[in-house]
Amino acid sequence: MSLVLIAIGLLMASALAALLLARAPRLATICGVGGAMLAGLVGLIPSLRVLLTGAHESCAMAWHMPGGSLHIGLDAVSAVFLIPIFLLTALAALYGGAYLRPFWGKRSIGFAWFCFNLLTACLILVVVARNGLLFLMAWEGMSLASFFLVVFEHDKKNAREAGWLYMVATHLGTAFLLIFFALLWREAHSLDFDRIGALAPGIANAAFLLALIGFGTKAGFMPLHVWLPEAHPAAPSHVSAVLSGVMIKTGIYGLVRTLILLGHPPAWWGWALVGIGLSSGILGVVYALAQHDLKRLLAYHSVENIGIIVLGLGLGVLGLSTGHPLVAQLGFGGALLHVVNHALFKGLLFLGAGAVAHSTGTRDMERLGGLAKTMPWTALTFIIGAAAIAGLPPLNGFVSEFLMYYGALLACLPGGMANPVPAVGLVAGLALIGGLAAACFAKAFGIVFLGEPRTDAARAAHECNWAMRLPMIILAAACILIGFGAPWAVAALKPAIAGLTGVPAAQIFGGAECSMMLLMKLTIGFAAVAGIVVLLGFIRQRLLKNRPVRQAPTWDCGYAAPTPRMQYTASSFALWFVDAFRWVLRTERRRSLPQGYFPDAAFMTTETPDGFRELVFRPVFAQIRWALASLRWIQHGRLQLYILYIAVTLVALLIWYASCL
Amino acid sequence: MNAIPWINMIVALVLAPLLPGVINRTKARIAGRDGAPLLQLYFDLWKLLRKGAVYSRTTTWVFRAGPLIGLAAVLGALLLTPFGKSGAVLAFDGDLVLFAYWLGLMRFVTVLAALDTGSSFEGMGASREVFFSALAEPAFLLGLLGLARATDAISLSTILPAVTAATWLAMGPALALIAAAWLVILLAENARIPVDDPNTHLELTMIHEVMVLDHGGPDLGLILYGAALKLWVMGALLVSLLTPVRYGVAWQDALVFLGGMLILAVGIGLIEGAMARLRLARVPQLLMGALALVALALMLIMK
Repeated sequence: MSLVLIAIGLLMASALAALLLARAPRLATICGVGGAMLAGLVGLIPSLRVLLTGAHESCAMAWHMPGGSLHIGLDAVSAVFLIPIFLLTALAALYGGAYLRPFWGKRSIGFAWFCFNLLTACLILVVVARNGLLFLMAWEGMSLASFFLVVFEHDKKNAREAGWLYMVATHLGTAFLLIFFALLWREAHSLDFDRIGALAPGIANAAFLLALIGFGTKAGFMPLHVWLPEAHPAAPSHVSAVLSGVMIKTGIYGLVRTLILLGHPPAWWGWALVGIGLSSGILGVVYALAQHDLKRLLAYHSVENIGIIVLGLGLGVLGLSTGHPLVAQLGFGGALLHVVNHALFKGLLFLGAGAVAHSTGTRDMERLGGLAKTMPWTALTFIIGAAAIAGLPPLNGFVSEFLMYYGALLACLPGGMANPVPAVGLVAGLALIGGLAAACFAKAFGIVFLGEPRTDAARAAHECNWAMRLPMIILAAACILIGFGAPWAVAALKPAIAGLTGVPAAQIFGGAECSMMLLMKLTIGFAAVAGIVVLLGFIRQRLLKNRPVRQAPTWDCGYAAPTPRMQYTASSFALWFVDAFRWVLRTERRRSLPQGYFPDAAFMTTETPDGFRELVFRPVFAQIRWALASLRWIQHGRLQLYILYIAVTLVALLIWYASCL
Repeated sequence: MNAIPWINMIVALVLAPLLPGVINRTKARIAGRDGAPLLQLYFDLWKLLRKGAVYSRTTTWVFRAGPLIGLAAVLGALLLTPFGKSGAVLAFDGDLVLFAYWLGLMRFVTVLAALDTGSSFEGMGASREVFFSALAEPAFLLGLLGLARATDAISLSTILPAVTAATWLAMGPALALIAAAWLVILLAENARIPVDDPNTHLELTMIHEVMVLDHGGPDLGLILYGAALKLWVMGALLVSLLTPVRYGVAWQDALVFLGGMLILAVGIGLIEGAMARLRLARVPQLLMGALALVALALMLIMK
């Protein structure tokens, strides 16, 4: 526990130092990066220890705030969320040091590192807080720090708009959390998590719904996700990796913690979670398919992966409420492992996208191509991340999805759940999401890295330096490691699953032997295929040894002058999907077709704005704005009157408080 | 250790290239031709493996890794495939998911190798491949889920042997619906008529053949062999489902299964001989139809 506090202290100190050194970008960078990496190393030790032993460490101090004590704690559930936070922020910081180099002198680098390290400290504090008020303070700190990182390039209009949208969305979510904690406070007379006991069913249901909306906004549940595809691409890439990889997981953490606090769940919570998981998962990937901006595509995939995690949570809740412990353990286990996995591969992919943007100056996939030749390391790590996020074996994404599939299949057997409809939905949904995600990442990798460069910028691409390469390599290695080491990775999660299901860790998955044997066979299958690849490669090499191996142009069907612009584009690759899902996507096409015998230049562009934002939120907010216009006279911009407002409010509250005594 | 699954797997490895031969021969006979020899694919493979290679200048290591990983992935699926009523080499609860995802990996690397050539032609094939398979995947897995429920097992090697005459008597209509859906998926995934035409690759309507246009020599050999194995593993599931006989004696079960595979190959040949390829825009409807059949079967099984 004390090491976690030291990590937080290190982050705070380095954040302040970076802010003070804002005039000297080099020193500020050294402070920021060094602090984040050191904190990551220090913090990983207690997190791994708690994860492996299942011990519970906590520390409570009295403070001058109402509603309990300054209480922090570290259990296995927190550790599952802390490990990706420490790992990814440390690696992202190393990457960010190099990534922000072109901005030296143009932006305040010191402020950026102040926000980054503050964000990291708040992320840690959110996960270890055991008091509602402390949790909310850390939550707000996290939101503000990430807001300033999103608007890092504040001279760009879309960055400002994205930041504004994010600010509004996150505070609407926080408003629900305020009510949520107020409700718990009223019921338990304390905000300390360990004092919150069983609630009456009506209150528990209300609390669950509030948590679902409040935490769901941060996690990006469809349709509360509208801020996510705007804000994540706008931030610098190492920040995008942290936002998508770990920050939105705090929403999942909040939900998981809520489930633990609220005790035995009714079945409809599981139904609701599976429903949200399906809609986020499927619509997330469908929207991703229609994007041409690489980082926007990745941001929509975060919505999809949150959907997958929520599907696992839903299965777990259903297993708990209907009395199928093994199903519950597999559902929660899959969800928790996917939390870690998504941090690894989404972090990796955002860093890769950042390397591409850094090197070519564009994120528009239609202007890229052929980067595998000029950026071999980025390409290699990106393809590993792409295969992992598509859930393909033998990588980590498959392992977490396998646990969920397995749980859902068990629930569907004759001895399983009385009503297996959600489990059937989970299997069908995961299969569809898997197929669509594979298609989307075939597009993302294929169009950006393969083929011929489509523009001069793509032709002039160069590999990034080691500080940016190393984090990607480590994350890719972690993806492979969890894939092949599935039995051990899943075994390490047992204490956390025990925390969620209330079953002792030794009995999770029906005892140690059982789950180890099954997953070991998975590993054997993986190893067999990997071995066959090596063997086949060797055979082919021997076969070609004394034979002619020539280089030639791609077969062009006899057409004499092919150009790179004739290649299949991202839009054309996704056309089938965009067509099939046009009833949700509502893709806008603008085109001018060639006309006449000597046609002029023709063009066609497609754009897919977020349907929920355009059709739901924009009209609703326009109405709200119209309704509130009559109150605008209060906002006149005179500071002294604002101070008067504050004073009047305080006095009124004081009078009210005194009258209550 | 039981040697029978290993022997069965070797038989599968040897016999798989025979299936396309049988299909083509059947097709030729219907059309009134003699057709290529039954062993044509073996001859082709032998010839391709002794050739040199030509690689496009546009391509990278992804193009060269594609055939290796693709074949290895389908071999991974073969490890999990039961041989009729006899279990597979590797069997565990939930292996059906790994089976489906090995085929997914094979598709992923084939598609990337196609995109690596920078040819718009191959991009077109790749785009169609990923779309159709994304539609086929839920139907395939839901079919397996229905069978799992019907037999109270969740490993391919326990589900399929447990489909016996008694199972067919109890829930015949549902099993028939699943079999029909699987046949559609098998035709779609293996680039057969009515979804794709394996005979030509220079038409704008092709899917699989166009993706491997730039492969040659040993690489093409690996791809053709991998395609034959894919037909084998998916056919094996369908045949195991459709043969409710189980003797319990290894060689008898093996003979029944091989007979079933032969009939399946002839059946595919008959379908190809009797039908024209569908218009591409109709293919998604066909696959959605398969999904609908599976959904109906699930309702019947779960009631």
